[in-house]
Amino acid sequence: MKHWRHWQHWGLRARLLLAFALVSVVTAAAVAGIGYGRARDAIVQRAQDNAAIEMTNQIRQLYPVPTDDAYEGRLATLVDKMNGRSNSARVYLGDRSAGNMPESAITPELRQKVASGRVAWQRVDLGGVTFLTLGSQVRITGGSDAESSSPSGIEVYELRDFSGEIETIDGLARDAWLIGGAALLLALLLAVLAARSVLRPVQELQRAAHRLGEGDLDTRLTVRGGDELAAVAGTFNSTAESLQQHVGELRRMEADARRFVADVSHELRTPLAAMTAVTDMLDAEAGRLPGVSGQAVRLVSRETHNLTRLVNDLIEVTRFDSGTASLALDDIDVAEAVRTTLRTRGFTNSVHAELPDGIRARVDPRRLDVIVANLAGNALRHGAEPVTVRLTGDPAGITIEVADSGPGLDEEVLPHVFDRFYKADTARSRSEGSGLGLAISWENTRLHGGRLTAANRSPAGAVFTVWLPRNPRNTEADQ
Amino acid sequence: MPRVLLIEDDQAVREGLQIALTYQGHTVDAVDSGEQGLARLAGDAADVVVLDLMLPGMDGFEVCRRIRASGDLPIIMLTARNDDIDVVAGLEAGADDYVVKPAQARVLEARIRAVLRRSAAEPRQAGAAKPEPERHGDLIIDRDGLVVRKHGQPIALAPTELRLLLELSASPGRVFSRQQLLESVWDQGYLGDSRLVDACVQRLRSKIEDDPAAPVYVQTLRGFGYRFGPL
Repeated sequence: MKHWRHWQHWGLRARLLLAFALVSVVTAAAVAGIGYGRARDAIVQRAQDNAAIEMTNQIRQLYPVPTDDAYEGRLATLVDKMNGRSNSARVYLGDRSAGNMPESAITPELRQKVASGRVAWQRVDLGGVTFLTLGSQVRITGGSDAESSSPSGIEVYELRDFSGEIETIDGLARDAWLIGGAALLLALLLAVLAARSVLRPVQELQRAAHRLGEGDLDTRLTVRGGDELAAVAGTFNSTAESLQQHVGELRRMEADARRFVADVSHELRTPLAAMTAVTDMLDAEAGRLPGVSGQAVRLVSRETHNLTRLVNDLIEVTRFDSGTASLALDDIDVAEAVRTTLRTRGFTNSVHAELPDGIRARVDPRRLDVIVANLAGNALRHGAEPVTVRLTGDPAGITIEVADSGPGLDEEVLPHVFDRFYKADTARSRSEGSGLGLAISWENTRLHGGRLTAANRSPAGAVFTVWLPRNPRNTEADQ
Repeated sequence: MPRVLLIEDDQAVREGLQIALTYQGHTVDAVDSGEQGLARLAGDAADVVVLDLMLPGMDGFEVCRRIRASGDLPIIMLTARNDDIDVVAGLEAGADDYVVKPAQARVLEARIRAVLRRSAAEPRQAGAAKPEPERHGDLIIDRDGLVVRKHGQPIALAPTELRLLLELSASPGRVFSRQQLLESVWDQGYLGDSRLVDACVQRLRSKIEDDPAAPVYVQTLRGFGYRFGPL
């Protein structure tokens, strides 16, 4: 199981190549190896048998064997007789021996075998050339019993050149290796071709799936042939097709929903405009009305303003969503703008401001005002004083930090703090804001090509950081 | 008290604004279409026009252009949407200022007062000498008579355009930021919309410059604002 899993980390190409190679090697080894082995054995066997028969025949010619122990020349005579065409021989009698055959060619094992009465042979290497050493006892047949014989004590050894056979065998081995190698190469070539025919569609599929994932829902594969891979391509295409339909439907639904919100907000504006027009008058008159009538009038006036703010914020959000929000850029002294915002919102006394003069940037003053007012108002409402607004500038942009000294933001709140209508405390009643203030600030920052982030600072308190580029992409041609 | 001509097609809004402005002490004449509004203006019926951009029939932009063509009556647009394109188009059509609906009466009231101040002559301090008309190139600016002539011919300038020109030409060569001009000409604090200035500069140039694309009198200093001259 574990092995198999290890396998799966290999590429398909590598696995295919390996499988083909293994199969071809095993097959070639089996076929060539067995053939070679049998041929080799046959050749060697025949050569050895022939040699043994020849030697036996030669030994026959030695008879009658001189049995006179004292005869010194006896061994030499035997050697002379044994020395055939080019073979060298050695004859042993007890521990004496004669002949031109090197004694190193005769191993003790061979002598042992010969001593036990058998015709024995052994291959030996002499100076890099293979020879066959054969050895046999010379037996003397008894006169009465033709079948029985007794050892004469004479052992005859013969050295035959075996290199011809070895060369033949080597040739066989070479052929076997060549055939095996060729088979392996062919197998690898086939494997590469097979892998390519499988892998190309697979790679195309992978690329197409990647494109689809990137959001290019038009991606389709060309279906070639009728094999399983073509079926996969077909499945991919139909999947992409239905995905495209679903996504299109979702987008339409989302666009409809957004349009609906925008339409509703706009419809709400007209009655609100009529109501808002008279709230100042109601506020002025409320003081003159008796008791609860005055309270009721003030309530209507206050909630009309709240509703107006909510609708205005909603419309602002729908404009961000539909991409119709644009920047009206102006070069301003940022510190002065922030001071004006704090002053017009009545925050001047409750906010500690560090606003160095001379930091100029190209921003949309109205949107900057919304950002700063929302952040400062938020800090005063949900955090705790002292609230600090700090402005710094670098060559690329300006940074405005709004920090409070409250308990800070919960870890689970932080990622959602810029969500629309997000209430950190679900049990909390409707706040003074619309619930869209931070979302709108975030969008306004983004519209400038800047960033708005929220974090906690030590020892306590939340800090909101606005970064705006000094020169955002100009959306309106300057005159 | 200033007489306000209110052109607004929605009955509730028209009623609300009429009640509120009347309560503030204005004389309000309210009509529900551009055609009617123009008919009222045939006589000397108003000091300021409050005009809804979204009108059935003749739209607010067209009404704006016609009022501008026939006189220098200050115009405040009511934009039902704060769509930038509407605001810019309205300003190009000659509106002096705009208010986004829904608006509190006091906001509209403040804008009306500001725009009327712009069109009224600045009272001279008693005993101050009557200033001589200034000559700037081909332009003659009479600060006392509030007349601007080019080649001797008087130029019809809307009140805001005139105020802007007087402000800039009072200190030739000095650079005014858009925000400074918003404060001095439009009576708006720092949160004003600088497009008011840009649109007004465009309109002013089209009337006083020989070639509005290569302005001589009202020059742009990119990144800073506008200045008069140097010639």
